[in-house]
Amino acid sequence: MTDAIISVVNPVSETPGGSQFDSESARKQWQVVLRRFLRHRAAVAGSALFALLVLFAFLGGYVWKYDYHQVQLGRYLPPSGEHPFGTGHLGEDMLAQIIRGTQFSLQIAVIVAVAATAIGVVLGAIAGYLRGWVDSLVGRAIDLVLVLPPFVIAAALTRSTFLLEATKAGSQASNWLLVAIYISLISWMSIARTVRGMVLSLREKEFVEAARALGGSTLRIVFRHILPNTVDVIIVNATLTIAQAVLLEAALSFVGLGVQPPDSSLGLLINQNKNDLTLHPWLFVIPFVFIVAISLSVNFIGDGLRDAFDPRQKRVRA
Amino acid sequence: MFRFIIRRVLISIPMLVLASFLCFALTTAMGDPLGEWKLQKPRSPGEIAAAEEAVGSNKPFLERYGNWAVHFAEGDWGKEVVPGDTGLDVKPTVLKAVGITARLVIASEIIALLLGMAVGVIGAVRQYSAFDYTATGIAFTMFSMPLFCVALVIKSLGINVNDWLEKVGLGRWLTTAGPPGEGFNGSLGHQIYQYTGAFILPTICLVSIQFALYSRFQRASMLDVLNADYVRTAQAKGISQARVVFRHAYRNALIPIATVSALNFGSLVGGAVITETVFGWQGMGKLLVDSINHLEPYMVLGFMMTTAVFIIAFNLIADILYAFLDPRIRLD
Repeated sequence: MTDAIISVVNPVSETPGGSQFDSESARKQWQVVLRRFLRHRAAVAGSALFALLVLFAFLGGYVWKYDYHQVQLGRYLPPSGEHPFGTGHLGEDMLAQIIRGTQFSLQIAVIVAVAATAIGVVLGAIAGYLRGWVDSLVGRAIDLVLVLPPFVIAAALTRSTFLLEATKAGSQASNWLLVAIYISLISWMSIARTVRGMVLSLREKEFVEAARALGGSTLRIVFRHILPNTVDVIIVNATLTIAQAVLLEAALSFVGLGVQPPDSSLGLLINQNKNDLTLHPWLFVIPFVFIVAISLSVNFIGDGLRDAFDPRQKRVRA
Repeated sequence: MFRFIIRRVLISIPMLVLASFLCFALTTAMGDPLGEWKLQKPRSPGEIAAAEEAVGSNKPFLERYGNWAVHFAEGDWGKEVVPGDTGLDVKPTVLKAVGITARLVIASEIIALLLGMAVGVIGAVRQYSAFDYTATGIAFTMFSMPLFCVALVIKSLGINVNDWLEKVGLGRWLTTAGPPGEGFNGSLGHQIYQYTGAFILPTICLVSIQFALYSRFQRASMLDVLNADYVRTAQAKGISQARVVFRHAYRNALIPIATVSALNFGSLVGGAVITETVFGWQGMGKLLVDSINHLEPYMVLGFMMTTAVFIIAFNLIADILYAFLDPRIRLD
């Protein structure tokens, strides 16, 4: 019953952007967004590249003839038909290594994007809606973490043992997952700040007042009425977080403070081969190209999404 | 203005205390500094107790934090505690590292700032020109580029350049072993030769990344200003385009970039980690990586607190700069 009333009072939250005042009312908002996104050439190219990378990382291992743990295939062979990406210092096939490294890098980045977004959205929304001491608590937490560069915190966290002990995962088997968790713990602040700012202004709007007058609970108002209006910003931010996470993880692994063997990642591959760069450039150039490909494609997707979500953007007719 | 500065400094003291607590918790969670030492060979309980006494890990967390914080505030930053490490005093080590990093960072920051501002302004004035697209493309690529890859590429290019320089008869000019140290003497010309050789590669590396950031910021702020009404008014009055751009628009477009560069500089003190690792500079970044790898709690704490102080200080400078450059901002 309340559902029906609220949806009459507040058409925006039920069908965002689709009120009768909108000339584009015939299309749902996501259709408009999708059309705009598809007109953005760089974003489409980025999506295609990203899809290819995902396929490569997660299916490549089943298709390619060598396994990542096979060694003694001949050391430091330059790229050839047999080994398209050459071989490394143990005679391991680099294509198999890259497939596995890309897989781990992508897994970490996606987990970071999801976890950091979840933490940031929930904390930011609660802080912005409740204000008062909750707000100052979250605000102080954000400030604190901004006092130290994220890299420093992540580096110290990756050596910490309490999560290892807490999960009884004493083996190094889930090391990459811990790295992902640590990076998430330092990546949620910017999204929390953005969401908090938007919620602060949205909470004063009439539709929120109406929902409150109708007796909506705090949780319902925040999650059903306010947050749907910030979805565009959240999605764009989450996308860009993927790119940042890939770079941060690679940098950490490169200085030896990130992912540890037997897990793998693109940064770790470069770290393992960093002394052989001048003599065997393919050991470095190829993981490098893959890191750049991931972060560039994700950046382009984020850019396209931002433009697509922006209602002021009328250059492309939707 | 004076009252504002005093108030901001006072506010940053509790911030710093909270930050110190967070840092202490982080370093405590880092793992037992004695772990490896205990595994090396069987140790007698007496030995272990003495070592734990030295590290302080036999006391409860809050007591240790209190001890450390009081000593730290008094200027005693502790020593390296892991048996087998050299037992260096933390304070001189960290301050020396700050000096080395500052030498590296200041020069590159200035170059990147000047370059970024020039490119950003041209990109904004000639929006959607070939120059603008090229600059945007380069900046975007640099953003997506992991810094260590840039550093490694520059390093290996440097080796090629050195080979070429040697053939021409100039010797191996470019070095990648940190700043010239104690044995740094010879004629003035030779000193300059050594100095530039050590600086040029890491500086290029840092500039290329920072430049991307500054040029984007400058372009955005310049575009904002150029689209403002008062600029159109100035143009309508018939003032020459150069005068509009430099006298009317550019001075206002400087405000955001001044604050950004101040903030950025503060965080750089703690973190040219990658550049220093690749080019062998024994600065803050190297110190961080080494002391985290050795699980040296007080060294990591010294590093974190120094970084935090710099960041808070430059935050303050950014705020003051902002108010100074834009008289519309009222501080108190």
